[in-house]
Amino acid sequence: MNAQERKQLQITAAKVRLGIIEGVFHAKSGHPGGSLSSAEIFTYLYCKEMHVDPQDPQNPGRDRFVLSKGHCAPGLYAALAQRGYFDENELQKLRHIGAMLQGHPDMKGTPGVDMSSGSLGQGVSAAVGMALAGKLDKASYRVYTLLGDGEIEEGQVWEAAMFAGHHKLDNLCCIVDFNGLQIDGPVAEVGGPEPIDQKFEAFGFETMAIDGNDFDEIEKALEAAKACQGKPFAIIAKTIKGKGVSFMENQAGWHGKAPNGEEYEAAMAELKKSLEVLEHA
Amino acid sequence: MREMVKKATRESFGETVAQLAETDPNILVLDADLAEATKTSIFRKKFPERFIDCGIAEANMIGIAAGLAACGKTPFAASFAMFSAGRAYEQVRNSVGYPHLNVKIAGSHAGISVGEDGATHQCCEDIALMRTIPGMVVLNPADHYEMQAAVRAAAAHNGPVYIRLGRLAVDSCTQDVEAPFEIGKGITLREGDDITIIATGLLVKEALQAHKALQAAGIQARVIDMHTIKPLDRELVVKAAKETGHIVTAEEHSVIGGLGEAVCAVLSEELPTPVTRIGVNDVFGHSGPAADLLREFGLSAENIEGTVKRILKK
Repeated sequence: MNAQERKQLQITAAKVRLGIIEGVFHAKSGHPGGSLSSAEIFTYLYCKEMHVDPQDPQNPGRDRFVLSKGHCAPGLYAALAQRGYFDENELQKLRHIGAMLQGHPDMKGTPGVDMSSGSLGQGVSAAVGMALAGKLDKASYRVYTLLGDGEIEEGQVWEAAMFAGHHKLDNLCCIVDFNGLQIDGPVAEVGGPEPIDQKFEAFGFETMAIDGNDFDEIEKALEAAKACQGKPFAIIAKTIKGKGVSFMENQAGWHGKAPNGEEYEAAMAELKKSLEVLEHA
Repeated sequence: MREMVKKATRESFGETVAQLAETDPNILVLDADLAEATKTSIFRKKFPERFIDCGIAEANMIGIAAGLAACGKTPFAASFAMFSAGRAYEQVRNSVGYPHLNVKIAGSHAGISVGEDGATHQCCEDIALMRTIPGMVVLNPADHYEMQAAVRAAAAHNGPVYIRLGRLAVDSCTQDVEAPFEIGKGITLREGDDITIIATGLLVKEALQAHKALQAAGIQARVIDMHTIKPLDRELVVKAAKETGHIVTAEEHSVIGGLGEAVCAVLSEELPTPVTRIGVNDVFGHSGPAADLLREFGLSAENIEGTVKRILKK
């Protein structure tokens, strides 16, 4: 990508981060940590990678995305709003009674959401089913799914991985947001899912480990995923949980907690400053 | 009138899905390494390219079915009831039920009549589990003909459906039913005003036998075949309660959460009426020949007959 493109993506990611804080603050609950860590991944997928049309969200030929780590819905919603699926103001109604944006993704109520998810380990199976449907229909669409590094402690993830590898679903790309933290602490201490790449490889995947907060690296990995034939692809995206809001970074406590008024102001100020710097660079 | 057929409902299921697939290219079948037992092998033989063996991974099978349905397919996902409704309950609830996807879930070898495999495989809770899921249709056909009709109705219905399949070959008992099968509409198989027996699945045949024996004793028992547990035919239940004054339910399922409780719920809200539930009485089963187990657990014409006679003190 050229410098201009990179800058534009970085600006969008900054706006996605602002949307995440906006949403979680107004909801008074939700999951900022893993949403912030995935901001570049959401942004790249919806603004560069995927063939989707916000005006035609049900187009059968579209690429599909399943947020298997459904609790990071604030990040997905902020990216969908940036892409034009719905008005940004919806983010302030996140998790409210009667709101379109549910605490976890609801495919029936939110344009752009391809699968309801939130119970960990289940989204990846649905993504595998979508990839299989694509193969059966000889369709050219691709299917992307984002998993948490804690989520992969769920056994169903590996049932799905075994199936995807066995059926050579090379239209499937699994991305693991490897931010290293889950609710009870570091993943290395709680569930020990590492080494993640080798596990996916054992199930028949091609893998690549990258810096998941770096657009050039995300591009490189997604290009490799598209070029990969006869095997599903897994990207192990090392990220910083809470990325972009200094007091949330690398803190397990910010996995599922909303900022109070003071924290909200501080987070927004920091993110707005980053955005300003980008816009004036 | 159609001829009597002795066949297991799982076999009628496999045949009918394969038949429907001839004209509906969206129908796919998923199984979890039990194709010979669930009889999806009949479909596999005819449409190998549309048959997906998920291996012994039922949770993933339900998720894959959800993904396929989200792409416009009509997947039938089959396993033993213990696993498709039991093990994968939460996947059915969250990946199929909540988004109301067009997935048909088949639970084979349901109830105590799995027999020798014993308690771990004798699923007497599937109806209870499935009927708690909003929007889920729960079907429990009695015999070959009803299974054929139920599978067709399930395929035509846009939304999740759970279909219960039996292992045992059973004599058909609905061959003389002329009314078309309709989801949510029970069938009155025998008229009578002394008492009503509402039965489902394997117990419909037993209820008919009991009806005959009771008739010989001068008791006119109405027999209702309740092939749809959800949505329950409330109107038919209330009418029977009003006209006969006492209801006996009969099911090869736990008395907790099944047909019996569904009937009790309707009646306590609309027309409080005594209900006696015949079913598995909150116990696990054990190994043994199916016929012996059915007798032991009271899932028999004899027990229905005796129960009715005790109620009416005749």
